Amino acid sequence: MSVGVTREGRLFEGADWDFQVLQRIHDACEEIALKELGLDIYPNQIEVITAEQMLDAYSSVGMPLYYRHWSFGKHFAHQEAFYRKGLMGLAYEIVINSSPCISYLMEENTATMQALVIAHAAFGHNHFFKNNYLFRQWTDAEGILDYLNFAKTYIAQCEEHHGQLAVERTLDAAHALMSHGIFRYPGKKTPDLRAEERREQERRRHEERAFNDLWRTVPSGPGKTQTELSIERRRALLGLPQENILYFLEKTAPRLQPWQRELLRIVRHIAQYFYPQGMTKVMNEGTATYVHYKIMTRLHEQGRLSDGNFLEFLQSHTNVVFQPGFDDPRFSGFNPYALGFAMMTDIERIVTRPEDEDREWFPDIAGSGDVMAVLRDVWANYRDESFISQFLSPRLIREMRMFHLHDDSAEPKGIRVEAIHDERGYRRVRRALSRQYDVGLNEPNIEVVDVDLAGDRELLLRHQVTDGNLLNEADAKLVLQHLADLWTYDVTLREVDSTDTVLKEHSVNPRKLAAAA
Amino acid sequence: MAMHIVDRRLNPKQKSLENRQRFLRRAKAAIQRAVKESSKSRGIRDVLEGGEVSIPIDGTTEPRFRRGASRPDLVLPGNKKFVEGDLLPRSGESSGKPKDAGEGDSEDSFRFVLTRDEFLDIFLDDLELPDLAKRRLAEAEHEGLRRAGYKVSGSPANLSVSRTVRLALARRVALRRPRPEAVEQLEAQCEACEDETRRAKLQAELDALKSKMRRIPFIDPIDIRYRRFETVPKPAAQAVMFCLMDVSGSMSEHMKDLAKRFYMLLYVFLTRRYRHVDIVFIRHTDRAEEVDEETFFRAPASGGTLVSSALQCMHEVVRERYDPADWNIYAAQSSDGDNSYSDGETTGRLLKDLILPVTQYFAYLEVSEPGGFANMPESALWTLYQRLCADGAPLAMRKVSERGEIFPVFRDLFQRRVGQERAVP
Repeated sequence: MSVGVTREGRLFEGADWDFQVLQRIHDACEEIALKELGLDIYPNQIEVITAEQMLDAYSSVGMPLYYRHWSFGKHFAHQEAFYRKGLMGLAYEIVINSSPCISYLMEENTATMQALVIAHAAFGHNHFFKNNYLFRQWTDAEGILDYLNFAKTYIAQCEEHHGQLAVERTLDAAHALMSHGIFRYPGKKTPDLRAEERREQERRRHEERAFNDLWRTVPSGPGKTQTELSIERRRALLGLPQENILYFLEKTAPRLQPWQRELLRIVRHIAQYFYPQGMTKVMNEGTATYVHYKIMTRLHEQGRLSDGNFLEFLQSHTNVVFQPGFDDPRFSGFNPYALGFAMMTDIERIVTRPEDEDREWFPDIAGSGDVMAVLRDVWANYRDESFISQFLSPRLIREMRMFHLHDDSAEPKGIRVEAIHDERGYRRVRRALSRQYDVGLNEPNIEVVDVDLAGDRELLLRHQVTDGNLLNEADAKLVLQHLADLWTYDVTLREVDSTDTVLKEHSVNPRKLAAAA
Repeated sequence: MAMHIVDRRLNPKQKSLENRQRFLRRAKAAIQRAVKESSKSRGIRDVLEGGEVSIPIDGTTEPRFRRGASRPDLVLPGNKKFVEGDLLPRSGESSGKPKDAGEGDSEDSFRFVLTRDEFLDIFLDDLELPDLAKRRLAEAEHEGLRRAGYKVSGSPANLSVSRTVRLALARRVALRRPRPEAVEQLEAQCEACEDETRRAKLQAELDALKSKMRRIPFIDPIDIRYRRFETVPKPAAQAVMFCLMDVSGSMSEHMKDLAKRFYMLLYVFLTRRYRHVDIVFIRHTDRAEEVDEETFFRAPASGGTLVSSALQCMHEVVRERYDPADWNIYAAQSSDGDNSYSDGETTGRLLKDLILPVTQYFAYLEVSEPGGFANMPESALWTLYQRLCADGAPLAMRKVSERGEIFPVFRDLFQRRVGQERAVP
């Protein structure tokens, strides 16, 4: 081992740490992660920060640099109030899906906690970010920090040129539509955020070079009459129906300034970057928790972690994976750490010590012997929804005593217990839980369906209602107002059910002030 | 694989400050309302503390398309007794409804903490203070520099020659550096000496002395001392502020609120100028008593109105506890102007002979309901004080029915020149 190892080969003694200790912990973890667990990671960068800086990071969704906007200040004020009152603890770490993978560690953590956090974030999350198909498909870990830096500078420049108010209005509107600025199906090219930045710079350079005031004076010829175009052709030209509303506005909104389009694009890219995280909460945390548990246990076995420090670790670990029952006052849904970790250890059990039931349910992996190969494959190729529907075992359903409630409004007597942890219920519980993690069902399905280009340019949207769940009306009005301000003409949203019956219609006119921006 | 550790702890703090200011600006109206509410309920001294405020979220909402809360299917952990087919009554909120983690957005108000400066700034804004006055109020305490010993590093301008020379001397004596006179003497002896051997000996001795002199410098870097300065708050005097208020039944809540703001402003002003500020609350009907703040503003009292009783009470308190030689005495009286007719003369005499001579400043605030002064005859107290004023008594008086009118009362106070103030240590 490297120099400076304390007596009996321990990585550290007691609670204190310094940078050499961090380095030693990292090296020891790396040895186990790469050689024994076979993880494949981005290079690591570990940054030590204070509690105050952690609060700062919270308010900007954990990103080290972010453009300025009042809403981040609002979150900061809110979280600060909670933190100062002692109602909220801070996370031990924040990790960023970038290359190098940046992990923020709090300076208050003890040496054991730092080891836990390094194993968890710098190896667990890091491996997941690098290997999971959603992250590979949708995020550009190498480019994200540069892109955020570009976004920050660009938005600051816009504020200088066009005024803070105009930029703020555009960003408010873009933020309201952020959850509908995402492509859910892979396109042809993988995103490359550096190229994005280059593209914008080149375009600006070209504009500057090609600027000629004469063009302004050249009369434009009569446009093509839109009436010639059939409705189908028009919709095909506009790429309708389109569920990525921000993309649609960026490309087709008639009166947006170029810089406004660029702002929409920035917000859209960032939303896309975070999109996989929402779909892999259980898996991501489950992976990281499983990895830190493995590494810490191994360090203890190797004698590099004292019994006392290992107990300290076990206590934190147990707190993290605690799952209160539904009737517990502390209950607030499934704890992704608990569910994820339980499923990972359960897979380990199925692979190494299968029972007959497991052989029947998981013929592919039961007893195959190589735990890490199976887990690495799972981590790479699933998201929460598919992961649960594939790998939630009857045994875990029993252990966690899961049950499925169905609230049928036609049933006057109450909510029906649809399935419990028994032979009849396993598959139904598993299907229902997996649906609970289906983003497609949690986010309202809204798309742009038509534009009346020949007439008054009214934009028509459609919300496909599932389970009779209409949009929250107050919020929908506000979002549509923002949308209309960007579109600068009337906007109508129809909520329709599966038989195409219109359940509700919202119409909004644009405010004048935004059009002037 | 290469790993980097970066220590970010020394990075500039308060990265979120700018965002926070943007948020405050955006929610300004709501925050102002909240501060107004909050200053109603807080004590006068607490006006200088920051504090938690709660604002309604409209204007700072971040709307998203959200679906209604109802969710027909739910999987939960921790089943204890349910079997398939059980029907559970829908009793309002079921025990285990998954909450949206992270944000408490379902509430319709938003709570957060304002810092002391933010709070004061908004409070002063609300009183429609002129900017200059605001700046003077919001100014932090002046720091002065005071000599505080010596230090070994500093700028040449602060070099303390006398201390340096003294230390050098002590060192030279301690290390027995040869005195120049001794060397000269030896040189002379050496020159005068005839005897060769003795001369060589003297010469050796002389060389030794000279080399020792070179080795022990006249002034060594370790002797050098610089004057050290410390920042200290400028010596400030102490002040006591008397709040006098008529609490008879004719004073409404609105009037009391006006009075309270007036006291708060005076308190802010005084704490800026004086190190230590005491507040004495005296309330009166037809008799006066010294009370605590809570009683002063809240507890009901009934009876007639004798202003002189309050002045008498203040006089006694001053005599007992606040020697005018040691304290700057400020008094602020507020009333709706009622006083019994027989009391006028006593009040005038007390004020003129006992109170005004010892006070720095006496302000009288006549409060009323909004628009209450139109077409009303001058009140008994107002007439009396006006007469005193005309006689040259240093009295500031104002009628106030709206918050914005409070500040002008202070105008002459702000305009006083420093020289006119008595500096009481």
